[in-house]
Amino acid sequence: MQQTFVQPEFRVKIDYDKCHKCGRCVQQCGWGVYDFNERPIPHDEKCRACHRCVTFCPAHCITIEKNTLAFRDNDNWSTDARKAVWKQSETGGVLLTSMGNPKPYERIFDKLVLDACQVTNPSIDPLREPMELRTYLGRKSDSVSAEPDGRGGYKLASSAGLERNVKLDVPIIFAPMSYGSVSLNVHRSLALAAQRCGILMNTGEGGLHEDLYPYQDNVIVQVASGRFGVSPEYLQRGAAIEIKIGQGAKPGIGGHLPGEKIDREVSATRMIPQGSDAISPAPHHDIYSIEDLRQLIYALKEASGYKPVGVKIAAVHNVAAIASGIVRAGADYIYLDGFRGGTGAAPAVIRDHIGIPVAIAVAAVDQRLRDEGIRNQASIIAAGSIRSSADAAKAIALGADVVAIGTASLLALGCHLCQSCHTGKCSWGITTQKPELTRRIDPEWGADRLTNLIHAWSHELQEILGALGVNAVESLRGSRERLRSIGLDEQTCRILGVKPAGL
Amino acid sequence: MPYDLSRYDGFDPARYREESPFKIHGGCGLMGLCDESGALMSGEEAILAMAVQRDRGNGLGGGYAGYGIYPEFADHFCFHMMYHDLKAKEEAEAILDQHFLIEVAEPMPTRPVKGITDAPLLWRYFMTPHQHILDEREQSAEDYVVSVVMLVNSRVDGAFVASSGKNMGAFKGVGFPEEIGHYFRLEEYAGHTWVAHNRFPTNTPGWWGGAHPFTLLDWSIVHNGEISSYGINSRYLEQFGYTCSLGTDTEVAAYLFDLLLRRHKLPVSLACKALAAPLWDEIDRMPEDEAALMRSLRAVYGPGMLNGPFAIVLGFNGGMVALNDRIKLRPLVAARCGSKLMVASEESAIRTVLPDPDEVWTPKAGEPVIGRVKGMDWPIHGDLHLGAAQISCAVTAVEPACDAEEVTV
Repeated sequence: MQQTFVQPEFRVKIDYDKCHKCGRCVQQCGWGVYDFNERPIPHDEKCRACHRCVTFCPAHCITIEKNTLAFRDNDNWSTDARKAVWKQSETGGVLLTSMGNPKPYERIFDKLVLDACQVTNPSIDPLREPMELRTYLGRKSDSVSAEPDGRGGYKLASSAGLERNVKLDVPIIFAPMSYGSVSLNVHRSLALAAQRCGILMNTGEGGLHEDLYPYQDNVIVQVASGRFGVSPEYLQRGAAIEIKIGQGAKPGIGGHLPGEKIDREVSATRMIPQGSDAISPAPHHDIYSIEDLRQLIYALKEASGYKPVGVKIAAVHNVAAIASGIVRAGADYIYLDGFRGGTGAAPAVIRDHIGIPVAIAVAAVDQRLRDEGIRNQASIIAAGSIRSSADAAKAIALGADVVAIGTASLLALGCHLCQSCHTGKCSWGITTQKPELTRRIDPEWGADRLTNLIHAWSHELQEILGALGVNAVESLRGSRERLRSIGLDEQTCRILGVKPAGL
Repeated sequence: MPYDLSRYDGFDPARYREESPFKIHGGCGLMGLCDESGALMSGEEAILAMAVQRDRGNGLGGGYAGYGIYPEFADHFCFHMMYHDLKAKEEAEAILDQHFLIEVAEPMPTRPVKGITDAPLLWRYFMTPHQHILDEREQSAEDYVVSVVMLVNSRVDGAFVASSGKNMGAFKGVGFPEEIGHYFRLEEYAGHTWVAHNRFPTNTPGWWGGAHPFTLLDWSIVHNGEISSYGINSRYLEQFGYTCSLGTDTEVAAYLFDLLLRRHKLPVSLACKALAAPLWDEIDRMPEDEAALMRSLRAVYGPGMLNGPFAIVLGFNGGMVALNDRIKLRPLVAARCGSKLMVASEESAIRTVLPDPDEVWTPKAGEPVIGRVKGMDWPIHGDLHLGAAQISCAVTAVEPACDAEEVTV
């Protein structure tokens, strides 16, 4: 066999003095790192640094270290660049990877700071005063018209369209992750948590497993280019329907779920033969223009009794104009997925080099829709690496109605961002269909952790609102006056609509 | 010189991005007094109410608006003008003369008052629009007046229209409000409705036009507080063509009232509910019809909701509306005595004017206090068809009041 030039990325160190020789690491590792011969013997080259063995080692005797193998310094040819060439010259293939873009691009959210009240206007204590996070997702009318109700009060003269909105208790929802790319237990955890938190989970493009039917009022059902699992019943079950055009991690690229991941359940849910590859084409083959999108939006509305229909796109250069077209095509919300957004599998070259940051996309889209006077016609969901409640608050201040979290929700379930989802061997039982691995996630346990995360971020959002001296999230939404930038160039500030700190 | 309205026919998105370089925070003492029977009260009452609230300001701004004060010219538009110099006066008068039949032009009656210095030239004009121009332009008188206000404010250096309504006037300047009141000899006026304001900026704007009330046609607004949601409120208004160029919180409140009352035709009570919305918990407990209405109001007008501490009094020829923020972070007390309705920042002001009120209460957060003067029209300018940009421009195309951040308490 050809000797690979690519040396192991990590070193697995076991303190054999402390080791119980229990073999739990062997059992826990999904990557097959360990052999066992009287004691565990690690094969470093297979390690993904996912820490499953470290976490479950009863003796705490395992550590994972970076392989510090020295290379001749070269600022131009990074170690990673060299390794990529070696790998590709060995295999002749596209380099696959997973999760979001890890490259050292500017992290806009880290260069924005929020305001707080001092003296002239009081801050508000969220522990003592109401602090409202409720958000309605969907199209709103331009104005409200009221008429006397005959009892001295008023009633709606005509609907403001709110019955076709989805009520969210918190402006944070779970990002789409398909059953197939993640396990059914992950879906169960997300659905249960969404129901408990009064928010939404999203099926992704893999259909809705019948175990999730009880949670359907908290589920967005996705219609992607592969149309997996789409039926009239599916459309009618969802609280909202989402047309997936693109994904931040792989704009312009389709998807490929290998046949090994298509077991009986996935096959039934996706409505495709067991063991066959699930190929999502790059474009929808019935959408080659904005007017085609409009037809699909209205077809889905007709089929579902006029549920809200959103459109998910990857944040790309011309995102503002695209979003405007989508809103005019009838979408009730636009889902903007920034270039840091996660994926279950994508070519590294695409993930790392295509798309723009979600902060910029949200700012550009929000402003464009306002310039055109159609901002009220659609909600904006921001996603693509919302890492904390602070990111959420900043995205909302830039103009998002809601943020969606994918990576953060998987982290809550044990993900360590080892970027190996595409292997289907996830030791944490998240991005795998192997029964011995998927059973590692108990949906109740998973839902508890996700609920905790949503609650924690909600409390933090309330603290932020209180510091800002407002008591409802709609007073932060789009309120860029409450943001300042530190160290961003003037042009970026102008696009974000944010002044530099000190002004 | 025909004025090119098309210059202001839209709004410029770049305007937002650059935003106002500064933001003036509203000041701190106010009162509104309205006799719902239409009986007239001397301006002395308003002065007394403000004098006991002297501590709420710092002498850098005070002002009044009185309604029903010019019964002999009830059908004339009355312009209260401020001029920095004679040249400004000449230029502005040329414009007024060109657009109106000027019945009376006279200096504002004033008297020397200790503490009032650097007053601009203050003049008032009772005028009617030239009918042939209205016919030519196919404009209503109100639209026409707004366009002239805009023209003067934006084109004439050193001239500012302090008020432009019928049978009303604004009296404002730099000083404590009781000094301003005496300076303008308000005790010689009698009106059915008075609103007044005392300001507490921490630096010297030194600019008379920057004092409250803020007026257009017969609308006037006085405001105590800071709108913490200013950023989104102003962006929301831009979507409807208003440009918030003066950077004051009061400005967004004024435009929001204009949007909701005039353009969206909401009843006053509902407009107040949109601006100081009930809590979701409260809405959920309402009967279904009402809850559906309130939910829609909140969802649709959420970006316009005024959040942060404020008390506002809106005056107009039909009466007044006083409104507190949704969790009552600024003081507002109300009282009724016979047909008189009064609101003020402090009860002391009420007791000074109405020593033996029938009823004194603290309006709940977000509950408007509405005074309607008998026989007067409700405040919808049905004849006003101007776009938002024109209105915005009429009020705000003035020189900045100051060039540094002001802070109020």
